Amino acid sequence: MKYLKFILTGVFFGIVLVKSEAVSWYRIFEMFRFESFHMYGIIGTAVITGIILVQLIKKTNLKSIEGTPIAIPDKNKSITRYLLGGSIFGLGWALAGACPGPMYILVGTGVFSMLIVIAAAVAGTFVYGLLKNKLPH
Amino acid sequence: MEFILDPWPWYVSGPLIAMVMFLLIYFGKTFGMSSNLRTFCAIGGAGKKSDFFNFKWQEQKWNLMVVLGAVIGGFIAHFFLSNPTNIDLNSNTVQILQSFGFENTGKTLLPQEIYGWDAVLSLKGLLILIVGGFLVGFGTRYAGGCTSGHAISGLSNLQIPSLIAVVGFFIGGLIMTHFIIPLIFK
Repeated sequence: MKYLKFILTGVFFGIVLVKSEAVSWYRIFEMFRFESFHMYGIIGTAVITGIILVQLIKKTNLKSIEGTPIAIPDKNKSITRYLLGGSIFGLGWALAGACPGPMYILVGTGVFSMLIVIAAAVAGTFVYGLLKNKLPH
Repeated sequence: MEFILDPWPWYVSGPLIAMVMFLLIYFGKTFGMSSNLRTFCAIGGAGKKSDFFNFKWQEQKWNLMVVLGAVIGGFIAHFFLSNPTNIDLNSNTVQILQSFGFENTGKTLLPQEIYGWDAVLSLKGLLILIVGGFLVGFGTRYAGGCTSGHAISGLSNLQIPSLIAVVGFFIGGLIMTHFIIPLIFK
């Protein structure tokens, strides 16, 4: 089953984020108050490990599981969309205490009120799609 | 077994999150959870309203499988791999939340004052969840990614745009935490 590896990766992701407490509203609140190193440690070590892994992929020309070359595309250059969009995202992240990954994971922990947040996030994405061409990027 | 049942330290969790990104790259994909929100719109027929949702969402099924797995992973971790322990929060954080009227801070993953049904079924509580979710969904697509796409994947690939996005995440997060949340709960 070709989707099994993705489901298992998701399971692993969900377990790590719950066990690290990165899915906790309290941890996000504490992070933005600079009162704990915990979240910075998680994101920091994730990025350092990630940089090493991406460099290894590039240096060794690692092939994907299907034998095709791995290409990691660069992000488009801009400032406006990243700064404005990022700030809007940050407002929501701190209020809901969850970014998109944790939203799904928290449903699994039994927080069904999170489905309201997910529905609202889908609505937010939809409205972005409607306004996309009128917004500065 | 205790080291699995207790909360995991940051220096274990961070590298494991990078492994998730690595696995998805190795599978020929990318690590980005917010893209699924766009896929949900496309499945719901949003392509009729905006070209932004006119794409073959079937090609994104793999990412929906990651979402499905994440839900299962959350279930397994919470109900089978966790000792009932309080989150070890800074006492200043607990104090400020107490002053907002939050009780039992850190006893559960999420505050009952926001996610409990009593709160959700009040107009104010419902608005908090809707506004919070909407800003996440709108902002993440505007910025072209969320924590996984920019903060983890983008920074790992040394992308300046992702760094700008993360600065944005913090501008918004700091304004919400220090100025708006105190207004909402005082």
